[in-house]
Amino acid sequence: MAGTALDFERPLIELEKKIEALKKSSESSGIDLSSQIVTLQRQLDSQRLKLYSKLTPWQRVQLARHPRRPYMLDLVRLITRSFTELHGDRLFGDDKAIVGGFAVIDEVKVMLVGHQKGRDTKENIMRNFGCPHPEGYRKALRLMKMAEKFKLPVISLIDTPGAYPGIGAEERGQARAIALNLREMMQLRTPMIIVITGEGCSGGALGVGIGDIVAMFQNAYYSVISPEGCAAILWKDAGKMELAAKALKLTANDLAEHKLIDDIIPEPIGGAHTNHAEMGTILKERLLSYLEKLKRIALDELLEKRYKKFRAMGVFTEPAPEEKRVPSPREEEAVPHLPEVSPLETKR
Amino acid sequence: MPLFGKPRYSAIKVKKVQIPTGRWMKCTNCREIIDARAFHSAYKTCPKCKFHYKMSARERVDLLLDEGSLDEMDSEMLPQDPLGFVDSKKYTDRHKQGRAKSKLNEAILTGMGSVAERPVGFGAMDFSYIGGSMGSVVGEKVTRLVERCLDQRCVLIIVTASGGARMMESTYSLMQMAKTSGALSRLHKEGLAYIAVLCNPTTGGVTASFASLGDIIIAEPGALIGFAGPRVIEQTIRQELPEGFQRSEFLLEHGMIDMIVPRKELREKLQELVTFFSE
Ligand SMILES: [Zn+2]
Repeated sequence: MAGTALDFERPLIELEKKIEALKKSSESSGIDLSSQIVTLQRQLDSQRLKLYSKLTPWQRVQLARHPRRPYMLDLVRLITRSFTELHGDRLFGDDKAIVGGFAVIDEVKVMLVGHQKGRDTKENIMRNFGCPHPEGYRKALRLMKMAEKFKLPVISLIDTPGAYPGIGAEERGQARAIALNLREMMQLRTPMIIVITGEGCSGGALGVGIGDIVAMFQNAYYSVISPEGCAAILWKDAGKMELAAKALKLTANDLAEHKLIDDIIPEPIGGAHTNHAEMGTILKERLLSYLEKLKRIALDELLEKRYKKFRAMGVFTEPAPEEKRVPSPREEEAVPHLPEVSPLETKR
Repeated sequence: MPLFGKPRYSAIKVKKVQIPTGRWMKCTNCREIIDARAFHSAYKTCPKCKFHYKMSARERVDLLLDEGSLDEMDSEMLPQDPLGFVDSKKYTDRHKQGRAKSKLNEAILTGMGSVAERPVGFGAMDFSYIGGSMGSVVGEKVTRLVERCLDQRCVLIIVTASGGARMMESTYSLMQMAKTSGALSRLHKEGLAYIAVLCNPTTGGVTASFASLGDIIIAEPGALIGFAGPRVIEQTIRQELPEGFQRSEFLLEHGMIDMIVPRKELREKLQELVTFFSE
């Protein structure tokens, strides 16, 4: 456990170890150390509560990426009675960074899709670190259309550092694959539930992210770019990721406040990785309540609401019709527009 | 503002002092000295190597729409800073620069106009406004334009040039991909035509949303078009990219676009298509 612990988790782990040691020596020596153990336990609980009630955005990003965080297939095992994985996009291949198939949650039949990361190097290579190629988005779309056909609600679990930036991905139309998903998901005639469980990075996340309910795990993040990517562009220093994480307002709390997501799903204290089973129980209970809620809404109304929700996202100002209009900048100064040429646009 | 008739003075920094300013300029692509008048009468393309330089949104209007037909929409819509974005430079200063460079209030110009005397909804992005990036204003203007086309049942044309989503609006900008694609889902359902014209460069969130959803996708020659930027790809795969990768010709070869149309033929091609799709 210590090997995969995050820096800010270490003091807690130290305490946990101390408690363990005391318990052991108490057992072996027969000396009663219970009062000391209780004191330490209290200290641990209060420290943990303190730490996790005021996590920084960057700490949450680290939790979202925690190597022991429950991934798609872990969650599927925890919440479903059965899961039949379906493979392939019927066009080119089977992308293992996106998993999907029929599932039964309690008594409810659904279509599940989502990103899958690997637990070790070998698995990560197979899963491409949860970074899909176009085939992944096309497989997801195929399965979602099948869900529509069989009147199954769709549940999409998002956990990706982004769509893969590679030669094959570009050759096979990564951008088109994502764009088409956005367009089609908006019109899919079945309830759609989206849960960002870990990393919700950029178009790679949104490509399976249009839904009637968009929820986020408490320590997940959702952003247009990774904090490192943002820092590298804005401050020319990927090391400024803490600053970028804060600026991007990527936490569940921030996004709920701006009405960019609909719900926050709590995690066990200490993060989802500390207790997979509890996380599964919480997720399952939420999903069932979402399914129940969406079931009651007529499809036409559901689609209208889905459209309007995304339609309303954006902040801008415009003068009221009677107000004096802002002069457009070209009226202010009539400088001819000259070609701006930089060597960048001609050569790589 | 006549754009192509008059020769314009070159802003390109010419290193050799003996070249008279105004009359001559150096092409940054082929490094040849070219006649500035020939450059402008060829719609900002190099008369020697045919390289297509960036055009402003207003120049696109003059290039493509019937003269004087544009009825601009939402030109006074202004960006906000919903997240109070902390940046190396103030977001408001970035807007000021964008306004000064593009002579626009945001990175896209939209409006109703006509092509071959048929009504069209028209949008043109301007790369000089914060890299043509898509924030809330671009998303809202595109969405309103699509809705207007739905209302008037006319052809939609969008000319793109964008580095992608606008980082300073973070998840708001990401959601503009959903919003614009959503609007286009309605246009698609209603059987209305959308012609996307992809110009250099079109990448990121704009390519992964409305730019790739045209019924007909046209690209200008040599334009960089892709999801990920070439530098990001090179850093990821740690190898040099093949010559011509992510250029229009590469996309045509891989079946991602319908045609490559040189700028001087673009107006005519749009007239042909709009006529085809109009009664
Ligand atoms: Zn040239």
